[in-house]
Amino acid sequence: MTEENHNSKSMFHGFWALTNRDLKKWYKAPLLVLMSIIQPILWMGLFGRAMNIGAIFTNNPITLPTHLLQSLSPEQQIELGTFFAGLKDNIMTSTFGVNDYFSFMAVGMLSFVVVFTAMFSGMSIVWDRRLGFLNKALSTPVARGAIIMSKVLSAVTRSLIQAGIVVVLAWLFGMQFSPSFTVVHLLGAFAALFLMCLGLSSLFLAIAIRSTRWETQMAVVNLLNLPLIFTSNALFPSNFMPDWLQTISYINPITYGTDAARQLLILPTIDISQLAIDFAFLGVFAFIFATIGIVLSWKFLSK
Amino acid sequence: MEEVIKVENLTKVFNKHLTAVDHVNFDVKAGEIFGFLGPNGAGKTTTINMLITILKPTEGTAHVCKYSITKDASEVRNCIGVVPQEYTADEDLTGMENILLCADLYGIPRSESKKRAQELLELVEMTKFADKKVQTYSGGMRRRLELACGLINRPRVLFLDEPTLGLDVQTRTATWSYIKKLKEQFNMTIFMTTHYLEEADNLCDRIAIIDQGKIIKLDSPEALKESLGGDILTVATKEDDDDVSGLISKIPKVKEVKKQNSTYRVKVENGEETAPLILNALMKNGVIITRLSLSKPTLDEVYLEYTGKTMREEEGSPDMFRQRITLRRARQ
Repeated sequence: MTEENHNSKSMFHGFWALTNRDLKKWYKAPLLVLMSIIQPILWMGLFGRAMNIGAIFTNNPITLPTHLLQSLSPEQQIELGTFFAGLKDNIMTSTFGVNDYFSFMAVGMLSFVVVFTAMFSGMSIVWDRRLGFLNKALSTPVARGAIIMSKVLSAVTRSLIQAGIVVVLAWLFGMQFSPSFTVVHLLGAFAALFLMCLGLSSLFLAIAIRSTRWETQMAVVNLLNLPLIFTSNALFPSNFMPDWLQTISYINPITYGTDAARQLLILPTIDISQLAIDFAFLGVFAFIFATIGIVLSWKFLSK
Repeated sequence: MEEVIKVENLTKVFNKHLTAVDHVNFDVKAGEIFGFLGPNGAGKTTTINMLITILKPTEGTAHVCKYSITKDASEVRNCIGVVPQEYTADEDLTGMENILLCADLYGIPRSESKKRAQELLELVEMTKFADKKVQTYSGGMRRRLELACGLINRPRVLFLDEPTLGLDVQTRTATWSYIKKLKEQFNMTIFMTTHYLEEADNLCDRIAIIDQGKIIKLDSPEALKESLGGDILTVATKEDDDDVSGLISKIPKVKEVKKQNSTYRVKVENGEETAPLILNALMKNGVIITRLSLSKPTLDEVYLEYTGKTMREEEGSPDMFRQRITLRRARQ
């Protein structure tokens, strides 16, 4: 009567069933999906547009003292005029890599949605524990690691779909893709986001693994979300940050995920060696935290 | 008969000082309904959680279907079905989706699980609601769905934790009939916990009375009632009266007198005939009787006899309440 013959199969079977359960709860609540998209829209619309950094150079009339201008020859005056005309593009490109800030921060928004979705993945395991579903799952032969990894996979799937929607919206709002942009670049960018989300949601699930209070999780999420974003290059390039902040940004995985996505999506030239470093860092990060998540689930999911 | 569950010295201590289950020993035989009866906080759920392998015992061990709950947890999980105290079905999914999800957790292939789910939904008379979302279900329907989920792997042993908690009387009776049907149809072994005396009396072949983590008495409901050795006469006198225990115990056929405040619990043989004798004797001595009742032994009496408390008293006391909360926190 028992199901021993199915035991070996239950690993992937249960893994997929649990992932599917989480995803079903998500896509069957369109309001929830909509809400998670609205946030990056607001950021892009309000922050991205309000921080119109390019306008600092074009909207500020710079008048040189007349006697200075008169002392120049006509050729020199034309040269100076061209210099000022190109000033904005030069500074913008050397700061952000592209000549409009909106494109720069729109890619940061991709990281933003991924980070938020990953952070909240810890909440769902707390709910499952409180509602007794976790105990029920634990009393079945499904692999302990599968319980955690199903949460990770569902967070990753959700965040990549949301990131996809954000890319389309950003493009509609005026994000400029790089001239050499192809579908392959898009897939590459999503691969980077995938690794980033895999690591981050494993990390946040590991934090939540023993927790019985969702309030604690909320506090953790609230405490960490903005610092994580601001200590990365998601909204501002890190090489303009003070040294101590730069150091933090170099260990922040969001920096690497955003850089990879930015290089592949909008930057005119791709720095292959930097891109390789990005992927290597993200790969190691994802691997380490996914492993930690699985190991902890063996030990700590049940008491 | 074959023992399906064998428990030896099972102990669980939470946070190093809160002993929820204290060196418990018992066996459950194949095909019987075995009940754990006790107030909230007595250690029932903790025991069940250890037996279904989601809680590690601090000391001692148990075997379910001959597998050790600590060493062969995975085998144990394969041969048991669990119906938890809480409603664990997913509100956003339909009844059918919930059952299939349970089936997937056991690795049962879809072709097979669909067939079984239909059968089980029929068994609990839920076929009509299979494609409705669980959030539209009533408490009784949710309970039936949980029951169906717990049976999807055709378990040899079914664990029911407070199967009728929070249900109204009608739904409770209906749930009992499903449980009885299960036992007859599959000759399943059922381990259940309850704090409802009538439930234990109605369903269980054997009952263990558990209080503060210890098994106080273990027997069939009939034997437990018989062990009281007669009827119970409760006599209440005016509060300031002297102790008349001695007087009552001199009357023939009175086996035992226990005084609680100004109430005497008198254990007698043949209560109908002995009661008038006691009344006469007391009245002759000028004792004013304010209340009198005669009861045939029930599990309620059994419980009172062995724990010295009524179930209700226990429920209400602030100490017990506090311990219950601490235990619940520790358990999560």
